[in-house]
Amino acid sequence: MSEIVADERVDITDVVCPVTFVKVKVALEEIGQGQVLEVLLNDGEPVQNVPRSLRDEGHRVRGLSDNGDGTYTLLVEKGAD
Amino acid sequence: MAQKVDYDALKRGGFMRQRQRGRFSLRLHVVGGSLSSDDLVAIGEVAERFGNGTVHLTSRQGVEIPFVRLEDVEAIRQALGEHGLRPGVCGPRVRTVTACQGNVVCPSASIDCQDIARKLDERYYGVELPHKFKFGVTGCRNNCLKAEENDCGIKGAVAVEWQEDACISCGLCERVCRDGALAIEGGRVVVDYDRCTNCGRCAKVCPVGAWNEQAGYAVSFGGQYGNFPQVGRDLAPFVQSEEELFALTDAAIEWFRDNGKPGVRLGTLLDREGWDDFEATLKEAVHE
Repeated sequence: MSEIVADERVDITDVVCPVTFVKVKVALEEIGQGQVLEVLLNDGEPVQNVPRSLRDEGHRVRGLSDNGDGTYTLLVEKGAD
Repeated sequence: MAQKVDYDALKRGGFMRQRQRGRFSLRLHVVGGSLSSDDLVAIGEVAERFGNGTVHLTSRQGVEIPFVRLEDVEAIRQALGEHGLRPGVCGPRVRTVTACQGNVVCPSASIDCQDIARKLDERYYGVELPHKFKFGVTGCRNNCLKAEENDCGIKGAVAVEWQEDACISCGLCERVCRDGALAIEGGRVVVDYDRCTNCGRCAKVCPVGAWNEQAGYAVSFGGQYGNFPQVGRDLAPFVQSEEELFALTDAAIEWFRDNGKPGVRLGTLLDREGWDDFEATLKEAVHE
């Protein structure tokens, strides 16, 4: 998992639902299919909803790790439109 | 000679005597709280024509039209019938089957509650028993429909199995498990099935689909409100098929018909006389 290199990065720890998801979607617009976005997100509701919502929309979650400080780092590969 | 009024027959047919002499509140047959917009228009017309223009929504997803007159009973039945509607039931029999919207609408639900409710309704609605008997169907463990307040409560349950190949070891499943049933040991997810309550939260939160899910039913019995409120007991925590579910409900209804006492709810009866025989009957029904 550590060998996956992100092409772009977005921090959504400063917003709440539903803006969390919107911010990630906007960031995904900036990268191409197959590229990887790194998302810094909060524990709790964001980490329980954002990754699975991205999967539901056809993107591929490549990694999700607990940073131990109340945040998670998510690596998501952009799927087909 | 004044005609004698058979109040029991009227009650059986959904007409409930009001405080006001000669007036009745008419209960309609509703399943799972679902009505079409045409139904609603027709109900409104009947309330306008035969009642006082009001409709009461009952505590169990039913609809009643109050202030109808005894002499209009047949005309009302006919007016409702033209729209495919009919009066409901009251008294010692199987009552309105309640249900949430289920997995056709709700993202949390794991079963089609409306479909199960319709099937229960077809099977049992109005069946004569020693006392009232209520079914409630809810789609998941969030339990919006309050399954355990019914004589028989049915709840969506999910049997889960971890899929190592797809897992990215993020630990979210362990984090959301409310039963302490998951542990991550050396990158592997270990499930303690004795603790698992089949809520399915682990599978739902998983961002990579690393869980096999199988939907089933958790079934409780003996719940009631009224004079002696009590929560139903989860006697069948995971029933796999619809066929087994109905074998279970058939057995419960038959047992209550044969062993029940007038005016005593299932839960009260079981508390008074013991649960063993009832539980054994249910076990036998699903193992046949």
